[in-house]
Amino acid sequence: MPTKTLSGTPVEVNDEGFFVDAQQWTKEMAPEIATEIGVPTPLTDRHWTVIDLMRSEYFEKGTGPTVRKISKLSDVTTKELFVLFPKGPAKLAAMVAGIPKPKGCI
Amino acid sequence: MTDTQPITPAVVDAKIEKVSIIVSKGSLEGIYPALIMANGARNEGIEANLFFTFFGMDAVHKDRHDHIKVATVGNPGLHVPSLVGVIPGASALMTKYMEKQIEKLDFPGIAEFVEMISDTGAGLYACLASVELFGMDRDDLIDELDDIITVGEFYDMAAGGQIIFT
Repeated sequence: MPTKTLSGTPVEVNDEGFFVDAQQWTKEMAPEIATEIGVPTPLTDRHWTVIDLMRSEYFEKGTGPTVRKISKLSDVTTKELFVLFPKGPAKLAAMVAGIPKPKGCI
Repeated sequence: MTDTQPITPAVVDAKIEKVSIIVSKGSLEGIYPALIMANGARNEGIEANLFFTFFGMDAVHKDRHDHIKVATVGNPGLHVPSLVGVIPGASALMTKYMEKQIEKLDFPGIAEFVEMISDTGAGLYACLASVELFGMDRDDLIDELDDIITVGEFYDMAAGGQIIFT
């Protein structure tokens, strides 16, 4: 399992770059990950609404929400999600939020 | 040929960057998988365009996209004999059942799904020949539709990507 250093702390990620252990993540790491994967920075409150939701859903349900779920569980619409996290919102938001890749087809 | 060698699949490291999905059937089982594929592509960061042709255009037809039905005749995968499938109401009943399942899983219905896919930035196009063939107007089709295009324009748009026909 590859290790990389974020905010001076080594963290374990899988081959795709998703965190293996969501507990290793800290808020300070988010902007660094975002820049790395092409999420527009600086991260706004809207980004954080999604990031916080990704984490709370993950810890509650064992998997992060899909794009449809995010738009249903928050006031962030599908359109806005693709602006905040272009090129795959659920996937990229999960990466920034330090959780594994969300499972789900829809 | 005496010595047969197993064929080793080529290792493909390339990522799919673009898909063009053609929807030609007007049944639930013809439309829904195509929508899942288009939506899934966008969620993976893949560029996606949907092309509706022939009966597939019902998915973007204002009066019809809320009434898409499961085919109960000539559909062996359903495991209902066609003779039973022809009974009036069989398709409606089977469709109700499928819709319930879809709802139970919190999946969107077809009309909502198409709108959602449009919001993901995927392109929605109808086939000009089919629009003419069925005597339709632009107004018959949903507002989210990006354009009515020719087959030539379709190929231009699909260039460099994968084409999926359903």
